[in-house]
Amino acid sequence: MQIHSNQQQNIHSSVIASAYGLTKSFAGKKALDNIDLEIKSGQVFAILGANGAGKTTLINILLGRLNADSGEVSVFGVKAGSLQAKRQAGAMLQVANLPETLKIKEHIQLFQSYYPHPMDYQQVIHYAGLQDMQNRYSKKLSGGEKQRLLFALSICGNPKLLFLDEPSVGMDVEARQGLWQAIRDLRAAGTGIVLTTHYLEEADNLADDIVLIKQGLIIKRGSSEQIKSSISHTTIRFISNEKPEVLELLPAVVNVQPSGKFIQLHTDNVNQTLTALLKSYPNLQDLTVSSPGLEQAFLQLNNSGEEV
Amino acid sequence: MNNSQIINDAQSMDSSQSMKMGQTLNIYYLESKFEWLKSIRNPAFALPAVLFPALFYTFFGVLMNQHGPQAATYLLCTYGTFGIIGPALFSFGAGLAVERGQGWLDIKDASPMPASAQIVSRLLVSMGFSVMVLISLGLVAFFFTDVSLSLAQVLKLSTILVMGGLPFCLLGLTLGLLLKAESAPAVVNLVYLPISFLSGLWIPITLLPNFLQSFAEFLPPYHLSQLALKVVELDSGGSVGKHLAILTLFSIVFFGLAIMTFNKKSVR
Repeated sequence: MQIHSNQQQNIHSSVIASAYGLTKSFAGKKALDNIDLEIKSGQVFAILGANGAGKTTLINILLGRLNADSGEVSVFGVKAGSLQAKRQAGAMLQVANLPETLKIKEHIQLFQSYYPHPMDYQQVIHYAGLQDMQNRYSKKLSGGEKQRLLFALSICGNPKLLFLDEPSVGMDVEARQGLWQAIRDLRAAGTGIVLTTHYLEEADNLADDIVLIKQGLIIKRGSSEQIKSSISHTTIRFISNEKPEVLELLPAVVNVQPSGKFIQLHTDNVNQTLTALLKSYPNLQDLTVSSPGLEQAFLQLNNSGEEV
Repeated sequence: MNNSQIINDAQSMDSSQSMKMGQTLNIYYLESKFEWLKSIRNPAFALPAVLFPALFYTFFGVLMNQHGPQAATYLLCTYGTFGIIGPALFSFGAGLAVERGQGWLDIKDASPMPASAQIVSRLLVSMGFSVMVLISLGLVAFFFTDVSLSLAQVLKLSTILVMGGLPFCLLGLTLGLLLKAESAPAVVNLVYLPISFLSGLWIPITLLPNFLQSFAEFLPPYHLSQLALKVVELDSGGSVGKHLAILTLFSIVFFGLAIMTFNKKSVR
């Protein structure tokens, strides 16, 4: 019994939504191809991919707004899109405009009424950073402010599962930091969050789990660190007059790219390459070594289409 | 441990996600309240809806009227019919299409709001606007014409017209689900204005050519206006039952169309 309760404590997060073998086609073209995923409470699950990769289709299926052609989808153990699933979830989708002649506080009051246990009004306002504009009509909001209002509406119901589709579009730096903090706070409170974004910095900062989708297929999954380390190339950059062909002969070098007066070496093994490089050319100028960011990893994986 | 405990947990989970009757009613109340505020604060919707019928009536029923109180009474009924159709068609037709086009209805659809709250709130708002239209027409008639109606007639006429908005709400609902946001207001006008004219709402039906008079039998506004005219005994003589049956039939057809469109557009 003791062991049992310990185990329970150790399980920080449980699976609250899942999809297995999800496939969906539109007019014969595959939008999603055999997607498996599990979304856990208290974690941020990021879905990355180029436009048209299938991110929005995936979210719409998890919301029950689209039916998959095949595969199993479960949200809180019930059917996606059922009333019981909806009452425990929140969704921030991409919206061109909101009804213009309602005030921010009215929009929030209305959405609070939809849920059995709504989040406290002041807390919604606080999370979304809308303290100073509660009486403003939504007509008078900037793009970033509209996003904050949509975020507020998505959390009105105290969601255990929150869908955020491109949440920070149009937000300035400060608002984005505020949004990130709110997402971290909600995660700490146990909310499972599904995030799609074009800002890889956002995924890098927030996501516990990332899937990379290309043409409906998951081409990579893991933590931000794992995805970054999956491309092993480190970049060494310096000023030199040496011919690229000569530098290519150094150990562990993958390729050499001249860029302006700089030369960029990509290497599988920094130590080997760097030692040999400095031995042969001791007076290189402006030498820097950089490991790949998520953005580079994303570009490389997305272009090569490498399978997991 | 045990099944019973697990079942208990499941049950408590269940009841924690259910809503009390009062909470559900509150959704309908707030949805209607904010739908009303949204509409009344939007001058592009509220002003033409309330003022155009009164303006037209002042022009045709008062200023150009050379036939005295009988014509003024007749036109009060037909412009009343014209006036209540407007908000019904526009709130549902144009309003819904625009919000759908913006993606706003996707947000509502993803929320646990009951879909009927959207319909009920718009229905109540159209009825509210109908009342305002009738009051404005009544004021014009009271101050500028010799129309004299008994209290019973006023109440009967108002009830018929306010309730008579229902088939047009349902027609609007179908249009709102079908039309694109950009073209919706124009298309709704293209439906609204011709059927109003052809039903004899602008100039009395008896002044229209014979073939148009027979064509009006197929138009729901004609039948509603005849019900209204019956109150002041100026109708063309059709039976109440026939007009009611035809309006009911139109309501059922439009409701069916709306459901079909909705199902086609929702889960694919």
